[in-house]
Amino acid sequence: MTTQAMLPESTGSTPSTDPATVVPHLRGPASPWRVLTRAVATIWSNKKARLGLVVLGVFVLVAVFAPLIAPYGASVNGFGRNQPGSSAHWFGTTAAGEDVVSQVVFGARVSVLVGFIAGTLSTLVAVLVGLSWGYVRGPVADVINFIVNLFLVIPGLPLMIVVAAYLRNGGLPIIILVVVLTGWAWGARVLRSQTQSLRGRDFVTAAQFAGEGSWRIVFREILPNMTSLIAGSFFGAATAAILAEAGLSFLGVGDTTTVSWGSMLFWAQNSNAILTGQWVLLFAPGLCIALLATSLTLINFGVDGLSNPRLREGAGR
Amino acid sequence: MRYILRKLGLLILTAWAAITLNFLLPRLMPGSPADAALAKLAQAGPVSPATRAAIEVQLGVPTGGIGSQYVQYLGNVVHLDFGVSYTFFPQSVSSLVTSALPWTLVMVGLVTILAFVIGTLVGVLAAWKRGTWLDTLPTLSGTFTSAFPYFWTALLLVFFLGYVLRWFPTSGAYGASASPNLSGTFLLDALYHAILPALTILITSLGGWILGMRNTMINTLGEDYVTFAEANGLRNRTVALRYAARNAILPSLTGFGLALGGVVGGSLLVERVFNYPGVGYLLYNAVTNQDYPLMQALFLMITISVLVANFIVDILYGFLDPRTRR
Repeated sequence: MTTQAMLPESTGSTPSTDPATVVPHLRGPASPWRVLTRAVATIWSNKKARLGLVVLGVFVLVAVFAPLIAPYGASVNGFGRNQPGSSAHWFGTTAAGEDVVSQVVFGARVSVLVGFIAGTLSTLVAVLVGLSWGYVRGPVADVINFIVNLFLVIPGLPLMIVVAAYLRNGGLPIIILVVVLTGWAWGARVLRSQTQSLRGRDFVTAAQFAGEGSWRIVFREILPNMTSLIAGSFFGAATAAILAEAGLSFLGVGDTTTVSWGSMLFWAQNSNAILTGQWVLLFAPGLCIALLATSLTLINFGVDGLSNPRLREGAGR
Repeated sequence: MRYILRKLGLLILTAWAAITLNFLLPRLMPGSPADAALAKLAQAGPVSPATRAAIEVQLGVPTGGIGSQYVQYLGNVVHLDFGVSYTFFPQSVSSLVTSALPWTLVMVGLVTILAFVIGTLVGVLAAWKRGTWLDTLPTLSGTFTSAFPYFWTALLLVFFLGYVLRWFPTSGAYGASASPNLSGTFLLDALYHAILPALTILITSLGGWILGMRNTMINTLGEDYVTFAEANGLRNRTVALRYAARNAILPSLTGFGLALGGVVGGSLLVERVFNYPGVGYLLYNAVTNQDYPLMQALFLMITISVLVANFIVDILYGFLDPRTRR
């Protein structure tokens, strides 16, 4: 174990950790598409994760086909104000005279999008930092250690609120940026400890003797063994991102004109929906956030089986 | 002792980093805070350069190079001098923060400890009765409730327990006629007002503690010394609590420090719903009014509080697990 070189040293080919797929693709003859379907099948075999996949699937479909599903536009506000549920407006209307059902449907777009993009970006940062940090030794590792611990211990939401308040009215991209900024540290730490334990394995030593560069060893030899951890930190980061976006929108530090579940609750609180007795307006958006976040947590139960066949449910029977 | 000193050094280093981050944040962001305040003023009419300079002095807008600003800033932080609030002018930021901090510290602190204790006990029980309904019920409901947004739980409690059933007050930390003092009636009143916010934090944070403890406990139960204790014919309760749980609690305690940030963040949103006069509600006011000095001081205070709590947990950990002291 004396051959370790410092990172980063190669400027050459960075392997593609394709953000479009949940699972960073493995090498070999399998096409990315086949890897993805196989991964989904593995997760599907776990009962809890199956439930999560179904719920997530419903939300994604609703988000994609929102214009077809919603009875009205998200910001169409010609209807009566604060109306209770009726056949025309199942969940009633808001204080600004918008249809609540339509808003809930369109709100799915923001949450799904934020979860997906912020989750992917956070995971990408976590993978880059966590793997290089686990592989290097010496003072560099100590410095990274300090920075990661700092980001772990600083309460995320207050930091997000302050940054978002400075970048006023930046809308969704700013929220995503802020969420990524505070959300990568946890995954980095988990991935680092796994890298450290894999670093001493024989196949890594073999690769070193074969003369592979450290960049290649880290991302081509070690990384595929951590598929489930990476997928796990993706779902964890996505959950955190969805909850964070909702919280920021609820406080009104994002763009309050974007229709999201968080901003619906912001307007509901500010227009005293409690006093008008519109409990559905309070209930529906929050329940959607909770369901979406739970579905991601449930999927995480099945993710363990991705790179360790022994953990698959029903395996070895 | 050396362990405590080392942790103390780390605390100071981390606090310094947080303070520096707080210094850099506004300087990395586009536009100056004074511009925001002046923009508000400019809506009323044109602002002359003289007025602008006067306001900048009044608001304590820093001058000079970044190095001297930094030194000056560090000095101010040590003296807890964070300037003047834009919103509650001419009150100083420090006085606002000091009047808000106790509410949050007491309420959130007590509830967090309560949630940790209850959650850990339930987690122990769930792991011990693995596979029965005593395991499934808390695990599944914990997974679900920990996905609740804090502010949503708060809104639902306000609506059902506060507005519909009228069991609890829905706003503020004490009755409108009371003024803060240490008499028994006031404390009871404050407790009564704290029930709903506290319940919100309890419901939302409990699941995390249950799941964390259950998972480490299940691992511990597989250890040889637990099997050995069982084989010795010790009572179940002794094995579960004295042998397994005692060791399983250590990783859970590390999680406590890290999860604290999340709970504190969530409680900020809860305070907004209940108009609870703590740090979170003040931060909300600062953000909506673009009161940058107040915002930054609050961020710093919250961060330092969490750092200190983590430090205490670390010290506690050193006592519970001698191996970490080395």
